[in-house]
This record gives sequence, C-alpha cells and structure tokens, in this order.
Amino acid sequence: MELKLPIYLDNNATTPCDPRVVDAMLPYFTEKFGNAASRNHSFGWTAEEAVDYAREQVAKLIGADPKEIIFTSGATEADNLAIKGVFEMYASRGNHIITCTTEHKAVLDTCKHIEKLGGQVTYLPVAADGLIDLNELEKAITDKTILIAIMYGNNEIGVIQPIREISKIARKHGVLFFTDGTQAVGKVPVDVNADGIDLMAFSAHKMYGPKGVGALYVRRKSPRVKVTAQMDGGGHERGMRSGTMNVPGIVGFGKACEICMNEMEAEGQRLSKMRDRLEAGLMQLEEAYVNGNREHRLPHVANISFKYVEGEGLMMGFNKDIALSSGSACTSASLEPSYVLKALGLGDDLAHSSLRFGLGRFTTDEQIDYTIKAISETVLKLREMSPLWEMFKEGIDLNSIEWAHH
Amino acid sequence: MAYSEKLIDHYTHPKNVGTLDKSKTNVGTGLVGAPECGDVMRLQIEVDETTGVISDAKFKTFGCGSAIASSSLATEWLKGKTVDQALTIDNMDIVEELNLPPVKIHCSVLAEDAIKAAINDYRVKNGMPALELEEKKH
Repeated sequence: MELKLPIYLDNNATTPCDPRVVDAMLPYFTEKFGNAASRNHSFGWTAEEAVDYAREQVAKLIGADPKEIIFTSGATEADNLAIKGVFEMYASRGNHIITCTTEHKAVLDTCKHIEKLGGQVTYLPVAADGLIDLNELEKAITDKTILIAIMYGNNEIGVIQPIREISKIARKHGVLFFTDGTQAVGKVPVDVNADGIDLMAFSAHKMYGPKGVGALYVRRKSPRVKVTAQMDGGGHERGMRSGTMNVPGIVGFGKACEICMNEMEAEGQRLSKMRDRLEAGLMQLEEAYVNGNREHRLPHVANISFKYVEGEGLMMGFNKDIALSSGSACTSASLEPSYVLKALGLGDDLAHSSLRFGLGRFTTDEQIDYTIKAISETVLKLREMSPLWEMFKEGIDLNSIEWAHH
Repeated sequence: MAYSEKLIDHYTHPKNVGTLDKSKTNVGTGLVGAPECGDVMRLQIEVDETTGVISDAKFKTFGCGSAIASSSLATEWLKGKTVDQALTIDNMDIVEELNLPPVKIHCSVLAEDAIKAAINDYRVKNGMPALELEEKKH
C-alpha cells in the first residue's frame, strides 16, 4: 500500500468518523430531521425509531439493556452526570467517593467540585505500572462510601484497570461502581454484567463516531441505580438528562457501536500487532522506556519516553507528517508535565520526554514504518544537540547538578 | 500553534551546535534551566583575548523547538560581538526575531540568561567580578 501522509496517531484524542457512520447519519440532517420527542406526527416517530434502534446498537456493544442507556453530549457530561448524580441521589447514604490519581480531568475536576459541596474524596495512588492497588481500594472504603470511580482504560498510557476485581470489592461493600470507559469501549470487550459495572461513561468520537454525543450506562437491575439529573428541562432520557436528542449524532453513535461490535476483535489484534512493532522499533533507541503496564493495556496505545529529549521539541521534528501527543509541559499552557506520568512516579524529566501513540482503524503498516524511522532520526538528531545527553554519555549524574529552578 | 519560518529554520538547521573546551580560560560556559522544567540550555563563548571579541559560540539545548531556535539564534548574534556588546542582547530581541508566541517567551528569557551566565563564567575565570544579573520572570 502507498504511504499516506500526514499520519494520524492521536486516536486517543479523537478518531475520524468511519464513512459508514457518516452514511447512516446523513438522512437525519435533512429529510428525517424530526424531534424524537414529537409524539404526534411521523417526523417525530421516524426520529424516535432511529434513536431507539441506536440505543439497541449501543447497549448491545456493552451487554446492556437499551433502557439502561442515557444519551449525553459526550463522556465529559456522562462523567459529570454519574458522579454528581450519584452524590446527590445517595446523599442520605453517605458522601464519600473513591477515585484514582490517573483519571481523566472530567472525573478529577468533578470530584474536586464534589469536595467543594462538602463531599469526601479519596484519590488512590497508582503503582509504577499505572494500576491501582486493590487492597488499598478496599481499605479506603468507609461506611460513608457511596461510589468507586475508576476508569477502564487510561487515555495517556492505555493501562486497563482490574475492573472485575474492583467491582467485586464494590459489590461486597454495597458501594456503586462507576467507570469511565471512554477509551476502552469499542476497543476491547466490555460487558457491564460480566464486569460488574453499575455506571459507565463513554463517547462516540473515540470509536469512529461523531463528536458531541456519548452515553451514560445506568444499571437498572441488581442494583437499580438512579442518578439525579444535572440538566433540567423536558424530562428526556427517563428524566435523567433533559434536552432535545441529538438524533443524527445518536444514529452515528449507534452505527459506530455496531461496527465496533463486528470488527473489534480483528481490529484489536491488528492494532496490537502494529503497536508492538512500533514499540519494538522505537525501543531500538538507547534510553527509551515504555510507560505503564504492558500486559494490561489497550491494544492501540503506546506511551514512550525518550530520555534527554524534550517531547515538544521532538514532535516539531516530524509534526508536519505525524500527528501525536506529548506528555511534555510545553504542549500546555500550564508548564506542568503530564500528571498521569507523574502519578506513575516518573520524574519530570521523563514525563517531559514522552510521546503518546494512539493507533486507529485507518493506521497502515507503511505509516508505522515511516513513524519509526522519522522519530528515531529526530531523537538521534536532538540528542546530538542535548546537553543532558552529552552529560549522560560522559557519565555525569544529572541529579548531582544544582539546576537553576524557575 | 503556527511557528515562524525563521524559528522552524533554526530548529531544522540549528547553527553552532557543539561544545567548546570549558577548561580554557577564554571560554565561558553558561548552563541554565532544569530538566524538570523541560528546558536546559548550555551556551558557550570563546573570546579572542587580544580584541575582546567573541570569536566562537556554541550551544546545546534540551527543550522545545522555541528553546532550540532561541539558543541557535543567540549563538549567531554573539559571534563577532565584544563581550560588552553581548550583554546588551535582550530577550525581547529574540522574541521579535523569531516571532515567539506568548507561551514561549520564557525560552527567550532562558537564552538571555544563558548568554549572561556564559559571560559571567568568562569574567570570573579572568579575574573580573561577576555581574549582578537582574531577575527576569520566566
């Protein structure tokens, strides 16, 4: 196959829409434009049917009942609805939530908000491989604990948490278990019953669907879970999320889920093979380190630190041709490197030197070959101009130097 | 973020990458920044002892493209200047020349710091007092 440039390896940020998804959506912008809540005419019925069908497609992918799917504007809204909704709904039972330090900001910042409202939040640390300690999780549970919020697969390092073990602990103590499944759903098999999940947020645009639509799974049976609506209005989505349904988006989400359902297994195998090849190619470089557990990991994600080279400087060497992300501070205005990598215990220097690769449905072998070559060349070039590399090669311990901190 | 052509050129074809012999008395070395901050610059000047003119300048930088370009530009500007003239290089000149965006101004400040640190190292080696340097915000 011919090499196609530029190469997109930032599929954890977002994925392109699958053309099949777009085809499914198009009629719902024009001739089938109805409001799914219009009960009294055929335009409304058509839209409602489409939403119902999409709800089935979405539910099927995660082994849920269609009635357990609440459509939202995306995973951030679903994260907010789950955490704030449980906090409000179960206020009489307690006010304590357990989460972990490597969660997405949509979870962490929501938990910070809960603390402002008087809630208690425990932020579990993670081990060097990014996994939480189950004993610590169990120890953190108190009689005030109402929710455990631990993500399925991490967006930066791809590490998959021990979901079934977590849910067992949650069940044992009668605590609800919420997981942010944004990066995992559609990539690895997720089954809310087998996995023991009570609430789960996920999003269409991470699985080749459109932006602006996501869902919260809310368990209806054993236990029956309820969340307090965070958006008041017309009482849509069984009163849990008001607002006119984004019909084209929901149709696209449904189609995206159906495609994932059919192709996930083969795609996962293809991507993990490609990812492993990418990793092996780049690990040929000296002082390159894979971040996060390599066994319990999403098939399409790799996070690698190239010591003594700064991430953004590195990306500049090939960002005309290759799109990816860095844990470097320089990519954000905050000047703080990735909090996820720091939570693994990486020094700031290694966190600054990291690249995140997110492979996807449309990534080709030729693109992987090109990427290995381009990145290797840039790393070597930048190390030639890195004072830290020179010191390392001279055997100088960088920790022995008194750096001027700014 | 779109970078200027000059910046990209300095990043792609950096000038004066390398190392001078820091044991020589007419070589001044400035090492500024910290790995934890994501920027480390080492800038060196070699001074012609009869004329006081900077005859050579080299750098090595760990950092983003703007940091690399700022230090590359600094070495270009240093060559041919007297040590006193070199002290007048202001970070805002670098910002202007490379059209650095606001979030990257700290890279130019670091380059100015590196120049001054190299000059001070040279001064101290040659029996002159170190200059008091004003603190610029990074």
